[in-house]
Parts: sequence; C-alpha cells; structure tokens
Amino acid sequence: MPTDLSHLDRIPGVAKPDPILVVDNMRKRFGGIVAVDVDHLEIQRGVITALIGPNGAGKTTFFNVLTGFDKPDEGSTVFDGNIIDKVRPDVLAKRGMVRTFQLTKALTKLAVIENMKLGAKHQRGENFLRALISPIWRDQEHSIEERGDALLARFKMDHMRDEYAGSLSGGQRKLLEMSRSLMTDPTLVMLDEPMAGVNPALKQSLLDHVRELKDEGISVVFVEHDMDVVQGISDWVVVMAEGAIIAEGPPESIAENKEVIDAYLGAHHDTPLDLDAGLETDSGEEEE
Amino acid sequence: MDFSFVFAIDWGFIFDQSLKQAVDINAIVYALAAIGLNVHFGYAGLLNFGQVGFVAMGAYGMGLGITYWQTNPALAVLIGIIFAVVFALILGVPTLRLRADYLAIVTIAAAEIVRLMARSTAMRSITRGAEGLNEFIGPFRELNPFTPSAEYGFGPFVWSGNRFFTVVVGWTLIGLFLLLVWQLMRSPWGRVVKAIREDEEAARALGKSAYWYKLQALILGGVIGGFAGMVMALGNATVQPDFFVAPLTFFFWLVLILGGVGRVWSPVVGSIIFWALITFIQNLGRQMVDDGLIPTSIMDTTQVDQIRFWVVGAALALLMVFRPQGIFGSREEMALDAN
Amino acid sequence: MTSSLGLAGLGRRLVGVFVLVALMLGLFAMFAPPAMADNEMVRTRFVYTDPESGERVPAVGVLVTVDDSNGEFVGEGESDADGVVEIPVAGPGVYGMTVDPESLPEGVFLLDVERATALVEVLPDRTGQAIFQLGNEDEVGAAATGRVTARAIVQLTVEGLKFGVFLAMAAIGLSLIFGTTGLINFAHGELIGWGMLWAFMFNFYGFAGIFGFMEGWPAPFGSGVNLALAIPIAVLFGMGFGWAADRFVFRPMRIRGVSLIAAMIVTLGLSILIRYVYLFLFSGVPRFYRDYTAQSAIDLGPIQITPKDLITAGISVAILIFIGLFLQQTRMGKAMRAVSDDRDLAESSGINVQRVISVVWVMGGGLAALGGVFIGLSEQVSWNIGFRILLLIFAAVVLGGLGTAYGALVGALVVGVGIQLSTLWIPTELKNVGALVLLIIALLIRPQGILGSKQRVG
Repeated sequence: MPTDLSHLDRIPGVAKPDPILVVDNMRKRFGGIVAVDVDHLEIQRGVITALIGPNGAGKTTFFNVLTGFDKPDEGSTVFDGNIIDKVRPDVLAKRGMVRTFQLTKALTKLAVIENMKLGAKHQRGENFLRALISPIWRDQEHSIEERGDALLARFKMDHMRDEYAGSLSGGQRKLLEMSRSLMTDPTLVMLDEPMAGVNPALKQSLLDHVRELKDEGISVVFVEHDMDVVQGISDWVVVMAEGAIIAEGPPESIAENKEVIDAYLGAHHDTPLDLDAGLETDSGEEEE
Repeated sequence: MDFSFVFAIDWGFIFDQSLKQAVDINAIVYALAAIGLNVHFGYAGLLNFGQVGFVAMGAYGMGLGITYWQTNPALAVLIGIIFAVVFALILGVPTLRLRADYLAIVTIAAAEIVRLMARSTAMRSITRGAEGLNEFIGPFRELNPFTPSAEYGFGPFVWSGNRFFTVVVGWTLIGLFLLLVWQLMRSPWGRVVKAIREDEEAARALGKSAYWYKLQALILGGVIGGFAGMVMALGNATVQPDFFVAPLTFFFWLVLILGGVGRVWSPVVGSIIFWALITFIQNLGRQMVDDGLIPTSIMDTTQVDQIRFWVVGAALALLMVFRPQGIFGSREEMALDAN
Repeated sequence: MTSSLGLAGLGRRLVGVFVLVALMLGLFAMFAPPAMADNEMVRTRFVYTDPESGERVPAVGVLVTVDDSNGEFVGEGESDADGVVEIPVAGPGVYGMTVDPESLPEGVFLLDVERATALVEVLPDRTGQAIFQLGNEDEVGAAATGRVTARAIVQLTVEGLKFGVFLAMAAIGLSLIFGTTGLINFAHGELIGWGMLWAFMFNFYGFAGIFGFMEGWPAPFGSGVNLALAIPIAVLFGMGFGWAADRFVFRPMRIRGVSLIAAMIVTLGLSILIRYVYLFLFSGVPRFYRDYTAQSAIDLGPIQITPKDLITAGISVAILIFIGLFLQQTRMGKAMRAVSDDRDLAESSGINVQRVISVVWVMGGGLAALGGVFIGLSEQVSWNIGFRILLLIFAAVVLGGLGTAYGALVGALVVGVGIQLSTLWIPTELKNVGALVLLIIALLIRPQGILGSKQRVG
C-alpha cells in the first residue's frame, strides 16, 4: 500500500491513489453560519491523515458528519466504495468506521474487560432471543474475552481488566477507548482530538499505538490541535478554515503554506510557522 | 400523655393484615409492574411514566380475549401480550430517537388516553365503559386445580381456593420474570443495554443501534407490566378503567425506587415492604378513626384510604432527594446524572 | 449591575398589572350572583313534520341518555306523548344529551346524523334545552348542508380560542421553567389547582376558611368576598407558591446537584401529594364559584358567549400581550429569553440566572393560578382539574415548541381550537383524547414543535 504521497499535488481536493473515504460537495449551515463547505476531499487508505485548522474552522462539525453523528444539508460521502449519506453511526461502525471522542466515553459502570467485550461485532448474545439461552453465546463470549485481554495487554492495561472503568485515570480511559474501538475490527479509525488533555508521558505511548494501527493496515484520520503530534505521525495533513479546505499536503509542506499561516494567524506573514512555540492552543479548548 | 389508646387497637389484626398484604395479589401486581419498570428505567434508562397503561393493556387484552373474541385462556393471555407490545411500539417508535423527557410526556399522556377510551361511551360495546369487563373469569376458574371453597395457607397467609390460585400463579410469574431479567442482564444483550443507558453515543460508535435496543427494552418491560394487569384482572375478576389511573404509575415507581433501581430482585422486595407498610398505616388509621382516637371532624374512614397517596407522593419526593438508591441499590449504580 | 433598577422596575410593573387586573375585574361587579339550587334538568322536545298531513307532530318513545362533561352517565329517558323528555341532573353545568337514532319513529330521522349528541348548558335552578332537528324522509333527502355548519365552526372556534388563552397562561409558566432550568414540572397542574381553590376559598369563606376564629369578622376575613376580589388574592397566592417552590425545593436541589431526572420524579411525587391534599380539603364533588357562574349567553354576531367568558378571555388576552411585551422589551424579559436559549452564555454575559429563575417561577405560579381560576369559572372547580389541564399543557408546549413562551401560546391556541372543533367529528367525552393523540403525531412529524429549534430535541 503506498504511503508515500509526496508525489501528489498539494491542492485542496487532490485525488488519492486508493481513497477509503471520498467526500463531495458537502455543505452544512447553522442558522446563518456556514459550518462546512467542502467541495471535494479524498482520504488515502492505510495512512495517517491529520485534520487541522484554527478554532471555528468547522473541523469538529465536519468530523461529526463524516462519522454519522450529524447530518449535512447536502453532499455525499463514499466509504470503502459505499455511499454513506445519512447513515447512522452504528451502521458505520458495523461497516468498519469507528470513532473515538474528545471527551472520553469510557463506560464507567462497566468493568474494563466488559468495555472491551462490548466493542466486538456480530455477537450472538446481543440478540434478544439468543441472549436467553447461554449455551448459544457462551463460547463466543470466551473468545471475545480472549481477544479483549490480548488487546488490553498490548495497551498495557491488562492488570486493570476487572476494575470499573470509572476508577481509571483520564489517560487510562483514553487508552481504553482506543483499544475498545479496535475490538470492532475497523478499517478506518477516526480519532477526535486523541491528545486532548493527555499528559506528555502518555502522549508518546498513544502516538506509538496510532503508528501500530497503520502497521496493521488500518487507516487513521485524526483531528488535532497539537502540531507536534501532527508533525510526528501524520503522512498527510488536511487544513480547514471557515468550513472549507484550504490546503492539503505532507506535514512539512503545510508549515510553509501561506494560506495556512494566514488562516492561523489572521495576517500576512513571510516566515514559516514556528511549530515549536506559541501555536499550541489550550488543549481541550472547544470549537464550534 | 395517656397511652392507653395503645390497647384500644387490635395490633394483632393489623400485623396479620400487613404480613398478608405483603404477599397478596396487590403486592404481586405491583412487583410485576415494577420489574417491568426496572427493565425500562433501571437497565435501559427509559423514563416510562405510563406503566399503568401497559398494565391496562394486559388486563383488557386478556379480558377482551374471553368476552369479545371468545377464545380460550391461553390465547387470551397472548392477546394481552400483543396489546402490550403494540402499545410499546406506538409509544416507542416516535419518541425513542428524541430526548428522554419526551418519552416521559408521551407515556403519561398515552396511559391516560387508554383509560379515557376504555371508559368512553363510544367504546362501550367493547370495553363496557366504567363498569368494565366482568365476565371473563369463568374459563380461568376452570383451570384452577384448587378447591374454591377450601382454604389454603397457614397463619395469617390464608386464601380461599380461587384467590390462592391467583396468588400461586402470580408468584410463579414473578419467579419466571426475575429469572428472565437476570439472564438477560448478564448476557451480551444486557451489556449493550447498560452501555446505552450510560452513554448512548459511545454504544452507537461501537456499532450498537441504541434505538433498537431501547425499543426492545420498552417492549419487554411493557409486556411484564401487561402480565401485572392480567394478575390484577384475575384477582379482582373485573377490569375497570378507573383501576388504571395515573397515580398508580407512580406507586410502581415508588416500589421500584424503594427497593433499589437496577437490582434484579429489588422490585419484589420493594413491593413487599411497600404493601406491608401501607397496609399497616391504613389499618392503624382506620382503627384510630373507628375508635374515635382521630375525630371524624379531621378525617373519616374514606379519607383514611387517601393517606396512601400522601405517603407515596411524599416518599417519592424525599427518596429522590435523599436516598435515590432506595434500600438495596448502590449510589454509584444510580445513574441519574443529568446528561 | 442591572439588579436594583431591574428589581424595582419589575416590582412596579407587577403592581401595575395587579391594579389593571383588579380594575378590569371590577366589571364583574355589574353582574349579580344568583343563589344555587337543585332543580336543574335537561329537557328536549322531539317534533317533526308529518309528510301526509303536513302538521308538526311529536315523536314519541325516543330514547335519550345524558352524560356530564366528564363523560359520566347521568340518566336516561324516553319522550312522552308530547315528544318531551326531561332528565334531572345533579347540578348546573354542561351536559350532553344523546339520541338513540334507532328509537326514532318509522320514517323519521335526525337531520344532522353525525350529531346525535347535543351539548346543553344547565344554569342553576334552570332547565337546559337540547335541540334536535328531526326530519321525515322527504326532508332528509333535501337537506343541503352537511353535518358541519359554518355557524358551528365559528362558535366552536371561539370557544376553542377562549379555552386556548386560559391554557396559554397556564402553559407559559411550564415552558419557561423548562427553558430556564431544564426541568419539566409535572406538578404544574397543582399550581393551577392552587389558584382555582384559593379563589374558591376566599369567594366562600374569606380568611375564616383557614383561621376559624375569624368567623364573624367582616369580609374578607370572616366571610367570602366577591370573586372579583378573590381572584387577585388567588393570583398573589399563586405567585407566592411559585416563589416558595423555587426557593425551598428546586433551588436547594439544584445546589445539591440533584439530577434533572430525579427532580422530575420529585415533581411527580409532590403533584400526587398536593393533589390528594386538595381532595382531602376540598372533597371530590365539583363545585362552582358563588359569583358570575350562572349567566345567559348573549348574542354577539354569529356566536353566543357569556359575559364572564368574554371578560375573562379579554383579560387573558391582555395579560398575554403584556407578557409578550415584557419578554421582548424589558431587561428581565430579555434575560429570561437569554437564559432559556443558552444558560451558560447568559450567565457569562452577567445575567443573574438565579434571579431570572426565581422570577420565572413567580410569574409561572401567578399565571397558572389565574388560568386556573378562569378555567374554574368557565367550567367547574374541582380537586383534580390540574392533572387534565397538565396533559393538555403538554400537548400545547410540544406542539408549539418546548421552552419558549411563544411556543406555549401558539400551541395552547391550537390545542384549544383543535379540541373544540374535534367535537364535530368525535364524541365530546373524547375531545381531550384528541389533543393527546395530536401530541403523539406532532412528535412523529415535527418534534421540535412549530416554533422550536431542532437541537432541543435529538
């Protein structure tokens, strides 16, 4: 699978060799404000794509629409060859697109291992009638549990398997949510500000896990504010401002992109963005 | 103060009555309705303020099966179940995609619609208006293995044959449904439902259709409520619309909360405790009025029966503020966080 | 800060409203209250034109049944040799007399087949007349108009609007309480009952109703006062109740962190408690106010309306307009709308949310009380009208848009008119059911209501 996209033109809406997600003519308005105004976007399969932009750029709304948690006023999206307009998130998850949330949604009243088991697909025991008869689902439940334990071990959380998720720290919940989403056997993982509120020690660990996803052939799209992270792991960066995509390209090219600099700083600058200083907005800051 | 009044009261009678009522048909009906409500709210987080409507559906369905469609008892019970399922669909389909409050409003209104329609003159040919259904009990009585004229039981727990039959059937149903709920909640289905209750979006992000599971829970809890209605019908040998007034739903809620939301058996315990207490209070009150300890200028015997409403209303309000987990629930499990 | 000027201004405005209302109610003093008695009856006479002789002859042996306004069976009878049937009823009120068309003589039919039930208002010590048009075979064939006459539509619409404005007053409070606090107040019906019953008490007993020792003192202490004076007192009590409910029940709960769902259940518990205390104190028998209850309808163009209905509806409209202006123009009104829209945003703009909520409860309590009295005057005073009205309020606010005052108003008018017009097609006893069915349908099609915004819903 090609991960070297450096030969592609750095134009918003540029076609990708093997897109897993294609968006066309997507618009969404809130009252009088245009929240999303995307003509064309293709997400390459098997790479890590970052979606960045200043506050109010519409990234979150766009992200929600892509993952089925919001409806566009117009536009179409094709996921893995299938049109997914107006498809609900649970159906998307069944088809292989899973998302995480900026404010982690670890199910606090379930044990960690139960959280994991929840993620598995095609569970016989989740059907009302079959649930009544244990023998029908017991074996499957065991194998799911083994998978869950294996994933937890990979994320170094196996010692916490029987704890209620409510007793986990913030960082541990992040790991739980990520590992849990992998139980759905996804082809595309959509991460909503995965580093929000995460301490630096954990950040590295999370980054490694995201890279592992790519090694397994899973496509990743993530929304982020933290430019270090973007530089660190993304293969491709998409920049949004005022609802539209203003730039696309490998991470190095974005730092020097005039449009991007203008969008972030709101003025004309000749110097490239200094990514190590000052650009980081407060992590966890909300945007519309 | 003169405590001699203590001797004027027949405590033995009051205690006997309280113990008996704790396991008699009323307690069974409330327990079943509360088990259904536990599925709705305790496990699925659904705000069903119209459980009395499900109870009515089960009762009328079963009664009409005999009086209107003239079938046998088994089919009549099935009709009762179908009525409850249809009711759940009518309530759930429009509202389960909306906020929880809307289900609350719709269910309370729908239950009242059921009562008003049942007692209307327009439906008189079917539901017999305010007098209700009275001729369905025969086929059920024929199934009774016990001798109607004999007495069964011991101590204060004595019933005549027909009533004893209903009591036995009722407790059997309770046992069956407790088993059913227990099994479901420990299964993956139960896991999904619990997840949806806590955070619907998280569950949907993992591929679970929140709407579909909530609908199933609504149907299940509603059918169990329907069975409560059937036991009520058997116990009273009549089905009248004014049995199913709105406050009754909140008696069920009190029983549920008293026992402790979210535990399999707590609705049953809640019902037993509730009925023991209420019977105690009411009998005490009645005797005190009869003996003149409470002057009739303050309260007469019919008004004593209204005490239960004050108790329920006040208890509901106080419990929700000071001890929402009831007796056996755990505060952490009591997921009443405003979302 | 906006506080002191806002509060003083608010206080002045409230006093102003009071004076205005009291003055308008003074109009009532023009109508003398007759005494109550027990000789009420519903009566009708069946005649038709005999096709051979062309003379008007009585229809004998026609069966009728009479139900009261709750749909409860009252009595039945058969027309005598003069075509007359009279059925005694328990007291004044609105009754429905239903004809059994099968019992009509051979060849005689109801001209208006769909309306086999006629509504009759029975005044104290009077006989209410029901009118049924009968026709023979020739006439029925020639009947041009359908069951629905323009006149009936206009009359019912007016009655619907009248009830609608009463309902609107009661509903605005609930909608605003939801908008500003997120709480659905299931005890709102009891706020309505509160006003209705206090007005009754002051109408009949004065303060002596509570403080027995005052018996014999001059009114309003020892005995009752004219309803026109009892009403402002009841509204005051309503405002007080609303204020106290927020101050001593709901604000402590908010501070304590009790969730909204728990708070809802608290309101449910309280509503049951309060309603059955009402039953205990008032008894289950519906009663009527002493004054202005019995009035004949006057003709006003195509419609018939009693003076009391005209005046109470007029006052309600004035108050609703005032509320509308209040919400639009005054600081407090705008603050209310801001808090309803987005509480956090309002708070960070410097609005004292706690005070806004308090005002909302006071206003809601007063409006509900007034609505309660007017409804009680228009229909009857009873302990549990609150619950029935609550369900109609739900229908109104869902239809109009939960959380906005204007939504409550629009929804209430739609519900009011809808209920009355529905009686053209469905039996009167089920007219409230129609509103509730409408509620469910509205949720299917447009859950945010006519005026609501979509985000409040999903």
